[in-house]
Amino acid sequence: MSTTTRQLPRWADLVLLPLLGLVAALLISAGVIALLGESPWQAMKLLVDGAFGSQESIGYSLYYATNFIFTGLAVAVAFHAGLFNIGGEGQAYIGGLGAGLVCLWCGNWPFWAVLPLAILAAAGFGAAWAFLPGWLQAKRGSHVVITTIMFNFIASALMTYLLVNVLIKPGQQSPETREFGANSWMPLANEMLTKIGINFAPTPLNLAFVLAMIALIFVWLFLWRTRWGYALRVAGQNPTAALYAGISPSGMTMLAMVLSGALAGCLGLNELMGSQHRILIDFPGGAGFVGIAVALMGRNHPVGIFLSAVLFGALYQGGSQLTFDMPHINRDMVVVIQGLVILFCGALENMFRRPLTALLGRRAERGKVES
Amino acid sequence: METYTLIVLLLAATIRVATPLLLAALAGMFSERAGVIDLALEGKMLGAAFAAAAVSTVTGSAWLGLAAGMVTSIALSLLLGLACVTYRGNQVVAAMAVNIMVGGLAPTLALAWFNLGGQTPQLEAAGQRFTEITWPWAKAAHVVPFPGMLYSELLSGHNVVVYLAALLVPTAAWVLYRTRFGLRLRAVGENPQAVDTAGISVTMLRYRAMIISGALCGIAGAYLSVAASSGFVRDMTAGKGYLALAALIFGKWRPYPTLVACLLFAFTDALAVRLQGVSLPVIGVVPVQFILALPYILTILLLAGFVGRARAPDAIGVAYSKEK
Repeated sequence: MSTTTRQLPRWADLVLLPLLGLVAALLISAGVIALLGESPWQAMKLLVDGAFGSQESIGYSLYYATNFIFTGLAVAVAFHAGLFNIGGEGQAYIGGLGAGLVCLWCGNWPFWAVLPLAILAAAGFGAAWAFLPGWLQAKRGSHVVITTIMFNFIASALMTYLLVNVLIKPGQQSPETREFGANSWMPLANEMLTKIGINFAPTPLNLAFVLAMIALIFVWLFLWRTRWGYALRVAGQNPTAALYAGISPSGMTMLAMVLSGALAGCLGLNELMGSQHRILIDFPGGAGFVGIAVALMGRNHPVGIFLSAVLFGALYQGGSQLTFDMPHINRDMVVVIQGLVILFCGALENMFRRPLTALLGRRAERGKVES
Repeated sequence: METYTLIVLLLAATIRVATPLLLAALAGMFSERAGVIDLALEGKMLGAAFAAAAVSTVTGSAWLGLAAGMVTSIALSLLLGLACVTYRGNQVVAAMAVNIMVGGLAPTLALAWFNLGGQTPQLEAAGQRFTEITWPWAKAAHVVPFPGMLYSELLSGHNVVVYLAALLVPTAAWVLYRTRFGLRLRAVGENPQAVDTAGISVTMLRYRAMIISGALCGIAGAYLSVAASSGFVRDMTAGKGYLALAALIFGKWRPYPTLVACLLFAFTDALAVRLQGVSLPVIGVVPVQFILALPYILTILLLAGFVGRARAPDAIGVAYSKEK
């Protein structure tokens, strides 16, 4: 009987565990749907069909996925530094303000001039909003989880104030700005595809999706191919070891939070510049929290984040389809699934990990004896 | 005279707003002093608010509603316990999972059962809600500004949950500081190894703390839907769970300071409602949003050590493992 702790094989850790978590979440959701008197099988078919059944639904699914890639990456970068950033919602909100202000002021400039400014503003505003909790954690020891929650509420109050009192379009009741100049709108996917001779149904899918892809690659390069990314991960896994290696854990805390906020801030590029074309109340709409589920399921790796962001995008799009056909079920059901995924892929992970490790770990040992 | 009446009414509103905050903050105090971060106050409260309204609608009894709210909240607490204590999962992740899940589940069930777009029917019949209790001679005393009006507005005229919450503060303080259970509970949040060495089960203690937290949070949720308003509406906690957590931190995880923090935060809330669009002398119009954000700003300043210092229980957020 060996006393060494058994390690789960890498493939099982990266693929099997998240899949088991997803299956458990879907099974329980199916139970809830059955409880509501609808057929879970039928609901699942509607969901998949609503998400991938037509060009239009695929476009919408990927459009939602774009938001979740940004917020998922934001959570993941912080995770690698050992931090839990639940402030993605507020950072996205403030980041959107940055992008929106650029579009309001420079909306008539040529698009190639507006785009870099808007990206800088979105990332910069988001980063600034995340810097404060990061700084407070690094220098004053205030727990980043608590401070980011507080910053979400402060962001919400600030944005309500700005939209109601300052940025509101004059002579209008609802608190939203005037429409951005048309030059600053993100080119839509169907327009871009038409230019190269492909017909695609008109959907809000836009250039921001490509920016999200670039962000995925950037995060991968940064975390696994640069000295800073390495330092950040070391500081996250073992701050004491990092200190001995000459890495400043508090510096890495701030760096991770700033990057995290910048990524979350980019949500506005898709949501505001791509689709709404104005700043409006509560436009992140919970995407900051979806990012937690996306990062957990995606194992904090860009590839996984892409896949789980598409999954959640599909759930959001498919969920709205569900509402049309099943009067007893609405989009809130998707929020339930999202919560269950966080539960099973995050908090209750050990429920699967322990038996799985016992099972697969033993097999590996037996294989060693045979060979 | 006018100002005096306004202040008294403002204080009465403060008490009403403070009640759910206080109950939730006390709930959080038990789990956090035992070493489990309780970010799920929001979700547990929301779940309880829905369960209370639903059961009260069907049975016609506010008391049964309250019981249902407590049971729901305790069940969610036990789920958290399963994730955080038994399976040693990340406590923040578990809490966020509960909050998000309940945020979706409550309106889903409400829609399916009552078909009112995600809320429960209005509670109108007598007994379906906890109504104001008027103390003897309160009406007559109202005429006399001092102390009559204070008596009739501040002491009298609240529902039973408000008085219960007020009683729970000394009770919680007594349990925490004057009983053997309370001593062990605080110890398990500071140094679980020591508790384990003394032959006391860390797991059992933490589960008990979670159950108490669930029960108190359940009362807070039920207060929202069957006492303060008449029925459940979507997202009716609106961040009160997080605000309660802020109050708990502001009160440095101690009962009486937490009470003061809850009253302070509730006062800012009541004040914000009063000051909506009112121009004050010297200052001018104060943005309501600023007043509403004040509790969060104050809590951050406290956490940062700019005003006093809040020290969290030592072992908070760390799952206990005998093997370590």
